[in-house]
Amino acid sequence: MIRSLYIAAKDLKAEFRTKQMFNSMLIFSLLVLVVFSISFGDFLGDSSKVEKLAPGVLWVAFTFAGMLGLSRTFVMESENGCLEALKLCPVDRSAIYTGKVFSNLVIVFLMEIVTIPFFIVLFNYSLDSGTLLLLGLVLLLGTLGFIIVGTLLSALTLSTRTRELLLPVLLLPVLLPVLIPGVEATAGVLAGNGLSGISSELRLLAVYDLIFFAVSHLVFEYAISD
Amino acid sequence: MESAVSIRNLSKAFGKTPVLKNLDLDLKKGEFTVIFGPNGAGKTTLLKLIATLIEPGEGSVLIKGLDSAEEPEKARKEIGMLSHESYLYGDLTAEENLLFFGQMYGLGKQELETRATYLLKEVGLETRADERVSTFSRGMKQRLSIARALIHEPSILLLDEPYTGLDPKASSVFEQILKSPAFEASSKIMVSHDLERGFALCDRILVIKAGRIVYDGLKGDFSGFSEFKEECAPLLA
Repeated sequence: MIRSLYIAAKDLKAEFRTKQMFNSMLIFSLLVLVVFSISFGDFLGDSSKVEKLAPGVLWVAFTFAGMLGLSRTFVMESENGCLEALKLCPVDRSAIYTGKVFSNLVIVFLMEIVTIPFFIVLFNYSLDSGTLLLLGLVLLLGTLGFIIVGTLLSALTLSTRTRELLLPVLLLPVLLPVLIPGVEATAGVLAGNGLSGISSELRLLAVYDLIFFAVSHLVFEYAISD
Repeated sequence: MESAVSIRNLSKAFGKTPVLKNLDLDLKKGEFTVIFGPNGAGKTTLLKLIATLIEPGEGSVLIKGLDSAEEPEKARKEIGMLSHESYLYGDLTAEENLLFFGQMYGLGKQELETRATYLLKEVGLETRADERVSTFSRGMKQRLSIARALIHEPSILLLDEPYTGLDPKASSVFEQILKSPAFEASSKIMVSHDLERGFALCDRILVIKAGRIVYDGLKGDFSGFSEFKEECAPLLA
């Protein structure tokens, strides 16, 4: 576990030194929100329509912005043969995967935290701190599922020439079990339902996260083998 | 005396293409072995098998008595690898790179800091320790790569065409570092296309052709090598 944290710390240090991935994702997610808020300008006064549209818009922004970052996850490792250097270290190969999941989760979740205030303003929401915390929990569980699968597929597509195209094609179908309960739970939170109102969606997200983390952990070694 | 690397009946194929065929080899501790051979002969595959980067198809590779397929993590602690690729993160500084890889090899904080400082001095980069690797020249990166490969004091150093992309000055600096007392203790196995430099450094020469060892000579008696010189001559071009 400690070696995974070293890998995550190294990735975060490199990322926040240049902020290339973070800035790209943030700008993309903000652009999506702005474009949708302009497109839905006529409906923004009608709270019932906003409640139906806004959760989907939020997840579209986060999913596609996250994919920008995920496609770059192993690029840093493939430059200068660093992935080979990691494979030479006396650690289980799955430690590399866990480290990447940690660092991706921090970067994507941070991007989401920065985006949320813009979402609240653009879609005319007024949320109390309890609702914000619950929204944070939904986003965390959903993002974790997205990162768990996305990191594995990013490793799988690393050696392909069309990885930026291939990743969304492979990832989106596998993400449906995250996106559907994620959008529903977000809609529930924004409608003012408490924890009890979204407990079934949260359970689904947690089970998805656990199952796919266990499977990805087991198969990662084969994903990066020559 | 226990061998640094002991290879028994080793075969490896990629798909249906055999790359190494029934190799048997013992490499002594402290020995500098240079492997020559034409492109596609299996030299780099052999190095990757010793490094535990790929698994043998048949046979075994023992690293200081440890079976690389059964105990790869223990075996990796004994190995340092230097390639034509730097294995360095451009967005991290020279020191950060060494500290990261040292942590991955399980070195303690105090020991790691001492070792990193010592190695940076040995490779002449102590004044550039806080600069990002992406700003370094190819020669500086290769010197830092040596320090990275040796951060955990490996007993076996694998060198995969380390002269690629180095100018003559950087190559001679690199050679001086390899010959210095700090790096003398480790066994070295180098794959190279550079016959002249290979002969100057080695204690032992191997020639691999089509997955088999066709020549094995020790320093002081390379007489049989002339038979393979024509084989290796195109490499000089």
